[in-house]
Amino acid sequence: MHLLCQGKAPIYEALLKYKSMRVVPFDVPGHKQGRGNPELTDFLGEKCLSVDVNSMKPLDNLVHPVSVIKEAEELAADAFGANHAFFMVNGTTSAVQAMIMSVCKQGDKVIMPRNVHRSAINALIISGAIPVYVNPGVNKKLGIPLGMSVEDVKRAIAENPDAKAIFINNPTYYGICSDLKTITELAHRHNMYVLVDEAHGSHFYFGSDLPISAMAAGADMSAVSMHKTGGSLTQSSFLLKGERLNTGHVRQTINLTQTTSGSYLLLSSLDISRRNLALAGKSIFEKASSLANYAREEINKIGGYYAFSKELINGDSVYDFDHTKLSIHTREIGLAGIEVYDILRDDYGIQIELGDIGNILAIISVGDRALALERLVSSLSEIKRLYIRDKSGMLDHEYINPEVVMAPQKAFYSDQHSIAIRDSTGYISGEFVMCYPPGIPILAPGERITEEIIDYIAYAKAKGSSLTGTEDMSIENIRVLEE
Amino acid sequence: MELWYTEQHTDNVRFSIKVDKPLYTDQSEFQRIDVFHSKEFGNFFTLDGLMMVTEKDEFIYHDMIVHVPMATNPKIKNVLVIGAGDGGTVRELTRYNTIEKIDMVEIDKMVVDVCREYFPQTACKFDDPRVQLYFEDGLKFVRSKENTYDLIIVDSTDPFGPGEGLFTKEFYGNCYKALKEDGILVNQHESPYYQEYAKSMQRAHKRIRELFPVCRVYQAHIPSYPSGHWLFGFASKTYDPLIDIDEQAWNSLGLKTKYYNTEIHKGCFALPNYVLELLVNAGE
Repeated sequence: MHLLCQGKAPIYEALLKYKSMRVVPFDVPGHKQGRGNPELTDFLGEKCLSVDVNSMKPLDNLVHPVSVIKEAEELAADAFGANHAFFMVNGTTSAVQAMIMSVCKQGDKVIMPRNVHRSAINALIISGAIPVYVNPGVNKKLGIPLGMSVEDVKRAIAENPDAKAIFINNPTYYGICSDLKTITELAHRHNMYVLVDEAHGSHFYFGSDLPISAMAAGADMSAVSMHKTGGSLTQSSFLLKGERLNTGHVRQTINLTQTTSGSYLLLSSLDISRRNLALAGKSIFEKASSLANYAREEINKIGGYYAFSKELINGDSVYDFDHTKLSIHTREIGLAGIEVYDILRDDYGIQIELGDIGNILAIISVGDRALALERLVSSLSEIKRLYIRDKSGMLDHEYINPEVVMAPQKAFYSDQHSIAIRDSTGYISGEFVMCYPPGIPILAPGERITEEIIDYIAYAKAKGSSLTGTEDMSIENIRVLEE
Repeated sequence: MELWYTEQHTDNVRFSIKVDKPLYTDQSEFQRIDVFHSKEFGNFFTLDGLMMVTEKDEFIYHDMIVHVPMATNPKIKNVLVIGAGDGGTVRELTRYNTIEKIDMVEIDKMVVDVCREYFPQTACKFDDPRVQLYFEDGLKFVRSKENTYDLIIVDSTDPFGPGEGLFTKEFYGNCYKALKEDGILVNQHESPYYQEYAKSMQRAHKRIRELFPVCRVYQAHIPSYPSGHWLFGFASKTYDPLIDIDEQAWNSLGLKTKYYNTEIHKGCFALPNYVLELLVNAGE
């Protein structure tokens, strides 16, 4: 990274210049710097609306960047140690889709763990690529899926030498990392691309003492949710690219689905956040790490809760752990993670990232304060005092290995009909079912519905998880394939 | 030249004191601290620009936050004070020979240091052998205590800034746990008059009411605080301040006080109708 250049923020600077020129707008957006929508301007602020502008010569064009966006992309690539960085404004979802669609055509195989985010499986539906699932390891005690084991990847490669790519989610939502470097070397030896869903890992590029980043490990592409831990606005992210892929080809693929009206609010937020992390990221994430470590210690002192961290490292399926993730196992106090999540929000005014069957997760990032963490710890202590109960009868796992009957695209476009979920045992699912967050499918299109899966869905629902995915908004019915 | 300290009590109301001379200003890790001298109120200090203590009217606040619980249960021995960096609460507590131990937890050491220098009137008993000072977050301190104290006094700033954790459900819950089975919690309870303060007051009341079987509110007139009309919360696991007050015991102590007396004690729980209504509707 060239620190001297990193002080620049070309998109931000171009917007400042644009504002100072007091241009009279006869282009879109029609709110005309906020004047046409006083209520919105009052709510979001005049400063915000005045830079919600359209692509124009002085501000470049996201679809075909030649000036300030190009320069900002180069700075971002430099900051992340990538060959190129694309500014993404349709969410990390679109970055994940662009990665898969850049290297896979209809019928090409992708090796991936099944505990990926729905955006990856969506990409399979769009592109027609065929997943080869590698079962992630499972930590029995915590009930959570782990990373990809190198041996499993080796086997998948040997069985599918024609696969085009390996897709890895690193870190997982819970902070678990695979041996990215070894897997990447392995993949490259077999002429496969390595695509990394690094949605939760933007800080890996800037902090110290954190797991290796995808670009440093030699991966070919990575989708980085700058908005998750890096401080940019929601929906903005980076798609990073290594040397083995052609920049123009990837851009063409991105442009298949990305908006042609790229938001300058999102673009400038990426530009400014990149500058901030490049210049101050080390100390920012040192602070985040020490806050998370402190909270973990205090939470483990309460007893009953288990805030896990690097002790899970086993050299393989937990190759490394992102200690800025404050993941806490709650089942020992007799509460499902989602129950603790709901109590924290409803009774204590604390919103955390996710609660699942056995765990909760608090994100510690660029914006956290010690005082707020004291509140979280004290609330957890109170929740234990007030709600502790016998844990028997609680479901103990998060992850069920699915039986994949057909490729997601084929299943999605097959003839389907709707039946009650409780009667769906044995059918092939035509749609997704997942808890959101984390958005990792319990069922994906093309997978066999089993008794165990139906029980899991019923349990998650009863505990208060927000289920999504099916056409039926109440998640009573599911579309299954005609057979 | 005229120099005035002005506090914005609401967006549309200001309160000003003519400053004779500024004595101190600095930024601590948590907040900005200013000390002024004025002809009317003597020395006074502010945190982030908000009035905390004046030499002239501090006696009202400190009398009321200490003597009301002490007259209700004269057997109190172990006391936890949270906040109270000016020392006035500790000063009043040390007047009771029956108190054996006073733990005081103030998040900002600089407040105590500044008060030792500029407020000898209040910061005069920090060195009493029964007093132990802790400089840390009160929320954190109380979390690890169980069945320890007879009385907890929350002498905090407003619920914005470093004091925000001391108005939360988790804090009151942790206090409940830290109190013995006949323990009392008294807290600075904001003002009912201006809307923003009234909302904080309602939220605090709602949360305390959910936890403690006895939950009452009493009032005092404090001229330098917003609207002058200030409330305190009295919550306990057993004692009722109106039923259990031991007037004779307290009066026989012969403590000379400038504001508190046992008649005030009985009267201060009588609240105006609009305040009663705010309290009843605190759950909404």
